[in-house]
Amino acid sequence: MKISPRVTHSIAWGVCWAAGLLSLAFLLVIIGYVFVNGIGSISWEFLTTNPQGGLKGEGGILSPLVGTLYLVALTLLIAVPLGVGAAIYLSEYAVNNWFTKMVRFGVESLAGIPSIVFGLFGFALFVIALGFNFSILSGSLTLACLCLPVIIRTCEEAIKAVPGTYREASYGLGATKWQTIMHVILPAAIPGIITAIILTVGRIVEETACLYVTMGGSSNMPTSVWSNSRTLSLHLYYLAMETTAVDKALATGVILILIIVVINFVTRWLSNRYVAMTRGGNR
Amino acid sequence: MSKISDSVLQPGCELRRVYDGFWRYAIYLFGAISFIILLLIALFIFREGYPAFQKIGIWQFISGLRWDVSDQAYGILPMIIGSTYVTIGALLISVPLGIFTAVFLTDVAPQMMRSIIRPAIELLVGIPSVVYGLVGMLMLVPIIRQSGHGSGDSVLAASIVLAVMVLPTIVSITEDSIIAVPNAYREGALSLGATRWQMIWHVVLPAAKSGIIASIVLGMGRAIGETMAMIMVIGNSIIIPDSIFSPARTLTGTLALELKYAAGLHWNALFATGVVLFVFILILNSFGFLMLRGKNK
Amino acid sequence: MAVKIQIRDLNFFYGPAQALKSINMDIYENKITALIGPSGCGKTTLLRLMNRMSDLVPDTRVEGQVLIDGQDIFEKSVDVVNLRKKVGMVFQQPNPFPKTIFENVAYGPRMLGTNDKQALSKIVEESLKKAALWDEVKEMLNKSGMTLSGGQQQRLCIARVLAVNPQIILMDEPCSALDPISTLKIEELMMDLKKEYTVIIVTHNMQQAARVSDYTGFMLLGELVEYAVTREIFNVPKDKRCEDYITGRFG
Ligand SMILES: Nc1ncnc2c1ncn2[C@@H]1O[C@H](COP(=O)(O)OP(=O)(O)O)[C@@H](O)[C@H]1O
Ligand SMILES: [Mg+2]
Repeated sequence: MKISPRVTHSIAWGVCWAAGLLSLAFLLVIIGYVFVNGIGSISWEFLTTNPQGGLKGEGGILSPLVGTLYLVALTLLIAVPLGVGAAIYLSEYAVNNWFTKMVRFGVESLAGIPSIVFGLFGFALFVIALGFNFSILSGSLTLACLCLPVIIRTCEEAIKAVPGTYREASYGLGATKWQTIMHVILPAAIPGIITAIILTVGRIVEETACLYVTMGGSSNMPTSVWSNSRTLSLHLYYLAMETTAVDKALATGVILILIIVVINFVTRWLSNRYVAMTRGGNR
Repeated sequence: MSKISDSVLQPGCELRRVYDGFWRYAIYLFGAISFIILLLIALFIFREGYPAFQKIGIWQFISGLRWDVSDQAYGILPMIIGSTYVTIGALLISVPLGIFTAVFLTDVAPQMMRSIIRPAIELLVGIPSVVYGLVGMLMLVPIIRQSGHGSGDSVLAASIVLAVMVLPTIVSITEDSIIAVPNAYREGALSLGATRWQMIWHVVLPAAKSGIIASIVLGMGRAIGETMAMIMVIGNSIIIPDSIFSPARTLTGTLALELKYAAGLHWNALFATGVVLFVFILILNSFGFLMLRGKNK
Repeated sequence: MAVKIQIRDLNFFYGPAQALKSINMDIYENKITALIGPSGCGKTTLLRLMNRMSDLVPDTRVEGQVLIDGQDIFEKSVDVVNLRKKVGMVFQQPNPFPKTIFENVAYGPRMLGTNDKQALSKIVEESLKKAALWDEVKEMLNKSGMTLSGGQQQRLCIARVLAVNPQIILMDEPCSALDPISTLKIEELMMDLKKEYTVIIVTHNMQQAARVSDYTGFMLLGELVEYAVTREIFNVPKDKRCEDYITGRFG
């Protein structure tokens, strides 16, 4: 018996609905589970005490929180200038030659390499060879390498979106290329670059594997970039794998998800505003 | 009026010109940085991994069945199989689900659903992998255990967790390539009396094929590279899994679990494992990007 | 009458496509020269060669000479940055920077190394006055240049060019995006400017060419078909194609 096209169509439509709803359900289940089971353990004390390092996961998340902040700041400090520089190359200086092909190959390949391979590299180079030991510095340097492709790509797009008329006007006034870049192009691309930075913050917060082998994982309060430390994500891992404090792991998960939600919200808001602004500017 | 000819001839050595010249070269260096890092990564892991290949033999290393640190036996076949199983399992779930979700988003869903699901999928990308691992560990593993198949830490649990993690990659790239299919194709099919599903199945999806393949390849890269979430739900026993309920270990998991305590040949063997991963991923991703490029031509 | 720019056997190519075909032209100092012709005939291309904005388009080729005050601007020894300081350009779409009105005008001098606030204020005021914009904006120099009306924006762009003290001003259809009143204001401004500067304007608007220019060149398919005193071109055109174009019987 042959099924009529109309029936196939209806079945297929049903399957698509099911797939869409299932994808949504995954998110709801994950977030729902973490929140329902984790939110009860969040308290002022949880946020403001250090983990004690015991098997029951005693203590809060203050030092991992501070460790995360250290890591975010230092990683951005290293990766953003490099990434913006590379983006400037790709959008303003690149001509179609072997060098540009090499640059693109580098960015694309780096983007696909697994976090743990960056970890191997960071361990061998920063932790051992350069003697930075397990530290926030080693973690940041490793993570900066990992984040570079994201920064480069998003900044390149932001710079390419700057209207060509600004460039012409600037050159027409006798400005040099570098002056044009510094005084006209980058200022106009700032909202896009900020979006790139916030996206990168998200990446840093979610990353675990490469930090697991470079940051050390100490639950002590970090005092400098040389401190052995852990991030929130790492802390969650340690709680889940090495303690019985499932509730605290979930509570840490709640905090992480909240951070990611805020980051998503802010980038969305910024890029909408950015689109509105560039459209308005061409009036 | 003064003549222009005098002033345009001497570039002068104003500071701004010195800057301009300096930055022109500096920027090339910035451009090269990713490539330099790529080379450094290759250099370091090859250098540290090489002694292992030399002492164990490349083939013995890759096809060896035993990984036993106390016995100085280093064969990574069980981990290769573990990684492969989990990746295949994850793709079996996420590819159909991802493609249908993408079609749902482009052709089926009412605007309201779209504006819920798109941000939801973006959010899935951002959630830390350890959170996935945690939910898998606390929710999924007990369900599998209660169904009477061992401890619950298993290839199945890992596959499901991984499927959710690569879903956004597959949905977003597939969606982009469906959107890129020219409208004329759709109109052509509809004007011949096809139902909308026939149009999608016979015209749109084939036209978006290379984008879909790219999404699968890139999703696969992500799956093979995932580390912490896998450790949390797969059991990490070094065995060749004999069923989906059996525990296993992934290549990445071995690296994370053992690296900090390794020395000597063990250390070299871990870097050699890294080399295998690095080379494999590089080939896989180059293939994926080639597919994506092909689509744009 | 002094010749400011001499164009000699000028050919220009975008890749393989020839956009200008052996142009010969003398442009006079302190006059307004208009370039007219149907779209795509090469007016913009010719104009942008005069301050080498053409360098910004990759894969192009120039043959022949453009001499300014007798100096060939395509010679190796010529510095484009200095050249563009002396040969300013106003574009079709007003394109102020997303900066304040003050900073828009001060941009050029700043890039040339003037950082003294007082000196800058003086330049900004003078330039805005010359561009007939001072009275309208003197109270709001710290507002964004983007907030001005289209006509004001275009005068701001002119002021921005004047601030770097050029000798020649190139204008590429400067009024095509403006309303008639703003257009008239800019035309009046041009009549003023020619006392101090050599002005070359590309325009689509025949009346505008007839009203403001002293000389007019008619271009077609990359060639300069006819070039003469404006009155002659509009009253007794020698070339049939030019006559057709001017009387609106073209194409
Ligand atoms: N950037 C470019 N690349 C290739 N061809 C161009 C470019 N700009 C203009 N042209 C071509 O050169 C010719 C002259 O263009 P243009 O000088 O802009 O004419 P006009 O300003 O008179 O309308 C046209 O045929 C146009 O297609
Ligand atoms: Mg034009």
